[in-house]
Amino acid sequence: MSEYNIDERVDITDVVCPTTFVKAKVALEELDEGQILSIKMNDGEPVQNVPRSIKEEGHQILKLLDNSDGTYELIVRKVGDD
Amino acid sequence: MSFTNEQLERYSRHIILKEIGAKGQKKLLNAKVLIIGAGGLGAPTAMYLAAAGVGTIGIADADEVDLSNLQRQIIHATKDLGKPKVQSAKETMNDLNPDVQVNTYHTFMTSENIREIIRDYDFVIDGTDNFPAKFLINDACVMEKKPFSHAGIIRFKGQLMTYVPGEGPCYRCVFKDPPPKDAVPTCKQAGVVGAMGGVIGSLQAMEAIKYIVGKGQLLTGYLLTYDALTMEFRKIKLPHNTENCPVCGTHPTITQLIDYEQAECDGAL
Repeated sequence: MSEYNIDERVDITDVVCPTTFVKAKVALEELDEGQILSIKMNDGEPVQNVPRSIKEEGHQILKLLDNSDGTYELIVRKVGDD
Repeated sequence: MSFTNEQLERYSRHIILKEIGAKGQKKLLNAKVLIIGAGGLGAPTAMYLAAAGVGTIGIADADEVDLSNLQRQIIHATKDLGKPKVQSAKETMNDLNPDVQVNTYHTFMTSENIREIIRDYDFVIDGTDNFPAKFLINDACVMEKKPFSHAGIIRFKGQLMTYVPGEGPCYRCVFKDPPPKDAVPTCKQAGVVGAMGGVIGSLQAMEAIKYIVGKGQLLTGYLLTYDALTMEFRKIKLPHNTENCPVCGTHPTITQLIDYEQAECDGAL
């Protein structure tokens, strides 16, 4: 069941807070409104904070997938054209 | 252009801001700012613009670092005594941020060279210490259609205004002509509190950053004055009648740059 198509992917497992959110935000800024971004992040602090920060920016969280290897995929739809 | 992880971290506090973001930071990295004067005003301006990641910074100053400069010109250090100020400033800026390309001009700005130099830049900072230079920068920026930030500091006082072509009065609209030589003391004679350069120079850096990212309101059509002793800021609205200005008006009478006689400050600013 694929209710979305991923337009772009970004891996933020190679940076730490607050650069995790910054890297995700930059990737979102480069998309057009309505496009879908998949963000790969580590368990722990990133998965606790990054989804919340992205939601606060007004984007739509579609899904959080557990990769069962200590990482997660956060699926986000871009809202707004900034 | 995409950011490296190091750049994301370095500029994270900018990128997080809604008004700047990745787009604004890229504008800063692609921007070119010329700072005229590496003294009390130019020092903090240059340091904040370098730290902010303004991609190309030109710095112009004919002087060498003197011991009496170090009370306020924080881009220079004791080890730099005797060095050209532009060299010392370049080293500090590159220590702060290796992303920045610094162009140095170890010369006085004159009617002969200023137009050609400012032509390569997006925004100009007047960090000079004398009226002939201030009028020269104003007239050259009007002629080359370059926005610039004017500022001046003396004793416990400072002021600044921003000129953007077609969007408000220029320095000459407000101040007409330089005062007679020796009518106004230079800061060498009058003194200046070192931190004044920090206050006013930082405001000039802020104007340049807002102009580059295209957010907020600039000091176009206003003069902001600061009195440190009374701790008062005043934002004075300037007359918008630019029709009669001899340089930026509709019928300009000044069409060539003028080298007024220098009553210079010996690099005291």
